[in-house]
Amino acid sequence: MISTAIFGIENNGLLGVTALLTGVALVFLALWIAKLISPRSFNPQKGEAYECGIPTRGESMSQFKVGYYLFAILFLMFDVETVFLFPWAVRMNELGVNGLLSIAIFFGVLVLGLVYAWRKGALEWK
Amino acid sequence: MQDFSLITSWLDSLLRSYMPGWLTVTVECVLIGVALLLVYALLALFYIYYERKLCAAFQCRLGPNRVGPWGVLQSFADMFKMLIKEIIHLNHIDRFLFALAPYLVIAASMMAFAVLPWGNGLQIVNFNIGIFFLIAVSSIGVLGILLAGWSSNNKFTLIGSLRSGAQMVSYELSIGLSVITMVCLAGTMSVDGIVSQQSDLWFIFKGHVPAIIAFVIYMIAGTAETNRGPFDLPEAESELTAGYHTEYSGIHFGFFYLAEYLNLFIVSGVAALLFFGGWMPLHIPGWEAFNNVMDYIPSVIWFLGKAFVLSFVIIWFKWTFPRLRIDQLLSLEWKYLLPINLVNLVLMALVVVYNLYF
Repeated sequence: MISTAIFGIENNGLLGVTALLTGVALVFLALWIAKLISPRSFNPQKGEAYECGIPTRGESMSQFKVGYYLFAILFLMFDVETVFLFPWAVRMNELGVNGLLSIAIFFGVLVLGLVYAWRKGALEWK
Repeated sequence: MQDFSLITSWLDSLLRSYMPGWLTVTVECVLIGVALLLVYALLALFYIYYERKLCAAFQCRLGPNRVGPWGVLQSFADMFKMLIKEIIHLNHIDRFLFALAPYLVIAASMMAFAVLPWGNGLQIVNFNIGIFFLIAVSSIGVLGILLAGWSSNNKFTLIGSLRSGAQMVSYELSIGLSVITMVCLAGTMSVDGIVSQQSDLWFIFKGHVPAIIAFVIYMIAGTAETNRGPFDLPEAESELTAGYHTEYSGIHFGFFYLAEYLNLFIVSGVAALLFFGGWMPLHIPGWEAFNNVMDYIPSVIWFLGKAFVLSFVIIWFKWTFPRLRIDQLLSLEWKYLLPINLVNLVLMALVVVYNLYF
């Protein structure tokens, strides 16, 4: 019922690279066409940052709120742990109750991490 | 059931009779690339029209109705207008990163786009870890958005991109966990495997309660992942002008616009794949005549139909709910969706191990 690969190409890496190059080609071609047909003029005022009209004060590539960083760290921990869950999820039916018990320990550690972060107040936006 | 691989294998043997093997593969890859490009652009244009018409309907307006019959050519006109607008050269930007950002955003969505199961025999990239590959490549888009915001050297774009980064990485966790929940049920990560597992019944019916919870969480997280309202903080117009793409002009801005609509399609396509059987027609065990009638509808129409209906739901969210605040947004993910998702995963594991599914 499920049919074979498209054009019989079994090399999926090649197809993935084709998709990547298609994306790059789309941006490149559209920019090239835009360069050919769009107008162009120069004015020093035009290149200023789009903020409020008066000259920008200070550097914009500056320090920012540390809260974003905290959530990125939390994400990193949990995402790596979810990656470890994928192989178990695929083979779960074969592993059965034994697999369930062994993943329960891993799962417990994951939940403990979340509880710890919660109790420490890492999930609050301050 | 129609099988598109008949057409592609016929084309393959036709090409092989005229040219050597390596040239055939090259020509086929170019054909795939051109097809992807056209479908990508046309779908994005269709989605812009679809969203504008729906938005108008929700607000009791008519929407675009001047260009072409019922305004169907409006988004073509918009794209042409974007092409002929000037790309402004800015003074204090990081030129390399500024130019790189649209490439990353578009390439990430194009690679995710190629994994979707379009129809019977119409799937392009078909890894045995297909759904994992899809999550991996679609997360590259965050990098593009962060780079766009940082390199523009503008306070609005910096704030917009940081909000977007925090939001997208947080909700990616929920997407990952609800995908794991469905992978438990499917027992495979390959996209065609997941589709063929649903040939008797779609997963949303097969996995009953855990599958429905996973579907609801996936739709909420998917809406956040595409930076659409009510989660459109990264481009909150009233506070950040246009968020991370404020400094982009002309077609350079258009790439972010295209990728946003295509991500909407990809999110609803993946939801269709995981919960509604991808291109698989609606089959009910025991109803032979009904199943045969359903098989007559082409698989491409099934897939696109499911994706458009699910996109309708996401667009409906946008025009119905008010925007969240950032602390509400993050606590929704970390304090509600993530714990519910973990419990749901255990529930699904129990359902699968004790064979409680249909």
